[in-house]
Amino acid sequence: MNWRVSGDSLFKTLATILAASAAFILLITAITLLNGSLPIFQHFGLNFFTGTQWNPVTGREAFGVLPYLLGTLVTSGIALLIGVPISLGIAIFLVEMAPKTLKVPVSYLVELLAAVPSVIYGLWGLFVLRFWVLEYIENPISAALGWIPIFSGTPFGLDVLTGGIILAIMIIPTVSSVTREVIQAVPNSIREGAYSIGATKWEVIRHWVLNYGRSGIFGAVILGLGRAVGETMAVTMVIGNAIGPNAVPTSLFKPGQTMASLIANGYLEASPVSLELPAYIAVGLTLLLLGLFINVIAHVMVTRVLKIKGGAVE
Amino acid sequence: MENTYKIIIAIIAIVIVIAGIFAYMSLSNPTGQVSLSGSGATFPVPLLDAMITEYENNVKSNVLINYEGIGSGGGIAALQAKTVDFAGSDAPMSAAEMAEAPSTLHIPETVGAVTVAYNIPDVATGLHLTGQIIADIFQGKITKWNDAAIQDINPDVTLPDHEIVVAHRSDGSGTTFIFTGYLSAVSTDWEQAIGQGKTVEWPVGLGGNGNSGVAGIVQGTEYSIGYVELAYALENNMAVAAIQNPAGNFVSPSLESTTEAVSSKAQQGLPAGDASWSSVNVLNAPGEQAYPIVSFTYILVYKELNVINGMTQSKATALVQFLWWMVHDGQQLGPALEYAPLPSNVVSIDEASIQSITFDGQQLPTS
Repeated sequence: MNWRVSGDSLFKTLATILAASAAFILLITAITLLNGSLPIFQHFGLNFFTGTQWNPVTGREAFGVLPYLLGTLVTSGIALLIGVPISLGIAIFLVEMAPKTLKVPVSYLVELLAAVPSVIYGLWGLFVLRFWVLEYIENPISAALGWIPIFSGTPFGLDVLTGGIILAIMIIPTVSSVTREVIQAVPNSIREGAYSIGATKWEVIRHWVLNYGRSGIFGAVILGLGRAVGETMAVTMVIGNAIGPNAVPTSLFKPGQTMASLIANGYLEASPVSLELPAYIAVGLTLLLLGLFINVIAHVMVTRVLKIKGGAVE
Repeated sequence: MENTYKIIIAIIAIVIVIAGIFAYMSLSNPTGQVSLSGSGATFPVPLLDAMITEYENNVKSNVLINYEGIGSGGGIAALQAKTVDFAGSDAPMSAAEMAEAPSTLHIPETVGAVTVAYNIPDVATGLHLTGQIIADIFQGKITKWNDAAIQDINPDVTLPDHEIVVAHRSDGSGTTFIFTGYLSAVSTDWEQAIGQGKTVEWPVGLGGNGNSGVAGIVQGTEYSIGYVELAYALENNMAVAAIQNPAGNFVSPSLESTTEAVSSKAQQGLPAGDASWSSVNVLNAPGEQAYPIVSFTYILVYKELNVINGMTQSKATALVQFLWWMVHDGQQLGPALEYAPLPSNVVSIDEASIQSITFDGQQLPTS
């Protein structure tokens, strides 16, 4: 009896320490990033967030995160535009329509996509996807709609659009599996009620199921956004990695760069005694802040859907 | 009561295991075994790996050497923190970096060259370019392959009326440092607008990560141009341009034209190992058949080794002997890996530097 109690308290202490370590790591990361990027904010102030220069050449140092912040937001936005409808379709199919024999293998395959390392997506993007994007999407659009600013420039397949498409593929497993759980949690009584008043399958899904699960689906989208924002390797390999004012994503067919790929590209060789290293750390801080912002929203949304789920079980 | 026993037994078990680990560690490190560590530039890694393997297996079996290719910047930071015995860097240390690591010796260990690779259908080889033209292409001033400036120096080739796709490195790299140094030297426009750096603000073009990234863009995109390291270009049979040198000849990049460049430049004089190398470059060498875009890659080491954490007399001796071997017998491993060997006049500068290394003020034997 005595042993059992002490084991419990030991376990409790251990679990508390482990839980605290997560918060501790976040705190340490934030402090390290703040501390490391201090010289940048002392030197450029808040202009760092609005500047478009990125010049590490000795004597001409100028650093601004804006092109890469925009690059991150635009590629993630494209990823959501393409990835979310596909994920919704997958989830609806799996829960509402798929015959039992298809349900398990298809959902397994979709989740398998999440297990593919991002560098593999990147290589595939570099050697295969970019040529498809160039030939079947960019060249036709460029020929027909090249006069619209966001489609301007000669496309090469290594640009903001390809980066967004790679990200779309990468967020599908996350978004679709969470959405599937959400749709599954919609109580059957809702569906039965809707059918009983004469709704078609489409109307049931559109007006009742998706409506009931909307905050959960929003949470799933935000989780996908979180992944897209932080994704590094695959994007770096296909986005074209422009730098400075040239990297502002004014056209989908222009090479750009995201914050994560900027850090991955430049950090290793950054001179430790110039402003260059603090500049990369400041980009890291910006990325962390954006990631935190997105994840806080996701948490709020997911918590809300869990409450709904709990209510459904009752 | 039972509880107390369990705790005591657990403590005894932990003590035995820890003691065992320490005993094992001290046994597995027999006396005479010396280990050296270095980190830095990734460019010389294949050559250094070959040298280290050869040295450990056939020269000094009691010396273990570990070199991590973490990038020149990381190598210099580790040297400043005194956590490695030596560092590798593609660029010489800047004045600011030297201030953080005073009395560091620059020991050129091999020679690198940067090639200008291109992909023009129907022009498989033999494209001629000048430095000014390359600068204008990478600055976006020359945008078509059949531009009069290019066509004039390539009378035997019909160049296509097609837009040039520029590819550059997206990662910070010594290769970019050499290449932009060359462009700054040959074009005042480039020097004033962009300058030299491991990363620069490219006005045009697509960025690829590493030599393989740039090569991937060039090989996968028709009408493109990019710059890659000599070893990478040779190993992958890429089409590379012959570039006009100060003597007026169009020279293709090769191990021979690289070594000739360094040799002819060294005749004009290089600083001593402990002087500042920050302004040293071996670009645009005067030799008749010298390739113009060439650079040293350096081993950086403190002149007085006792500043390094954990340095001992035997480690210091092992380091000096390895460096001595590296600039002599070790050079023979270069050509097979497409690294140009050091010419004899650079080896003599290295010899003086290595002989000047001390531990606690005492000179160390080089063999």
